[in-house]
Amino acid sequence: MSMPFYVAPEQMMKDRADYARKGIARGRALVAVRYNDGIVIVAENASQTLRKVSEIYDRIAFAGVGKYNEFDQLRVAGVRAADLKGFQYSRDDVDARSLANSYAQMLGTIFTHEMKPMEVEILVAEVGLESHGDQMFHILYDGTVVDERNYAAIGGDAESIETRLADTWTDGLDRLAALRLGVAALGGPDREIPSTDLEIADLSRNNGRRCFHRLDAVTVLAD
Amino acid sequence: MPLFSTGEDPGSSFPELLRRVGMAPVQPTGVSTDLMRELSLPHATTCVALRYADGVVMAGDRRATSGNLISHRAMEKVVEADRHSGVAIAGAAGAAMEMVRLFQLQLEHYEKVEGTSLSLEGKANQLSMMVRGNLQAAMMGMVVVPIFGGYDLRRECGRLWDYDATGGRYEERDYVATGSGSLHAGTVIKVGFRDDLSRDDAVDLAARALWEAADADSATGGPDVLRGIYPVVATIDATGWTRLDDDDLAARYAAIIEEVRSR
Repeated sequence: MSMPFYVAPEQMMKDRADYARKGIARGRALVAVRYNDGIVIVAENASQTLRKVSEIYDRIAFAGVGKYNEFDQLRVAGVRAADLKGFQYSRDDVDARSLANSYAQMLGTIFTHEMKPMEVEILVAEVGLESHGDQMFHILYDGTVVDERNYAAIGGDAESIETRLADTWTDGLDRLAALRLGVAALGGPDREIPSTDLEIADLSRNNGRRCFHRLDAVTVLAD
Repeated sequence: MPLFSTGEDPGSSFPELLRRVGMAPVQPTGVSTDLMRELSLPHATTCVALRYADGVVMAGDRRATSGNLISHRAMEKVVEADRHSGVAIAGAAGAAMEMVRLFQLQLEHYEKVEGTSLSLEGKANQLSMMVRGNLQAAMMGMVVVPIFGGYDLRRECGRLWDYDATGGRYEERDYVATGSGSLHAGTVIKVGFRDDLSRDDAVDLAARALWEAADADSATGGPDVLRGIYPVVATIDATGWTRLDDDDLAARYAAIIEEVRSR
């Protein structure tokens, strides 16, 4: 009888993490920036139809980077969980924190139990009724949850994007300023991303019940 | 968080999702019609809808009755289904309200999962399936008969549907009325209807229809000046759903009262 090779758990986890990280780093990044009336999410996305940013619930948005089919599966699961909870209890009971926890559970389980980890990183953002209620959760391929306050960057090269955001972000931005700041941080000092390659969504306190709205990058940035 | 294998996936249907996770509403069984009558559940009454040049007007009175008693004075039977459609309900209030809630959720759920709205005809079809799902309850006396109206963004016109208790779906060309006062309300609209009414005239006609229905049908509520309760009147056009505010309706009803007094 042949003995299976022994692989140390540390090595196995490291291999899986490297695999997931490599997949995520290949894709383009996205940023979320808090402004005085909500949160804008800017993604570098050449496709006009396959979305990285979308609506989960009245005040909650979802953004994903990495493998499209995998984060889309997570998106749909999130919409279902939120709608079920809102139906069972009340619309007010649906919140980003519990959704982020569910995502973390799911990604964590997949990371350790499945053949391959999901090559995704996701962001769950919620606008509060007041500015101090805004929340952002950054969830990694292995289920790690990081809560972010004023801005977040996920995807390839996220670290340098976050550094740029840290240097430029200030309190009390208006939407356009936040948008410009996000676009500049995404591109970096030597690259300007054409408006046609941007996907922009706004989660605004002043949009009525459903706070999520898509914005046309070309028209918004032309102002 | 619900995850499904490819074959089990409920797709973009919310009622189907409810079934998969075991949360589907329970249908009443084995209750006789007589018993249902004894429970004297609230009934919602008259609603009307008509087409005008840019879309549709939907209107409904605010009264719900249990037998000979008024059980609610401020019920809202005309509600926004989504941005470009609305639903008006008559019949067993409890079942109807739950149906509307599920319907609104289904439209939103579909939109979020698919990333695009259902077509107006698709929405009308969805509602038809929900009315059919209520058939068992309908046979025990809890009949729900909605009107569905909206603005068709593809055909660029307002459209109307009414339903029967079995989920039968009938598209109406010009106007439709449902509920206990529908005979009177429908006649007023029939007489006053012209093609290409303006929004203002269409709203006046709908308000007048409910006035006449309330005048002749005890289960239909008229404008309640004392409490400041007016019918719900809303228009749906290319820009979406707009509900008229009470001040506007108060002025319209004041004009009707003045006109009736001067006869």
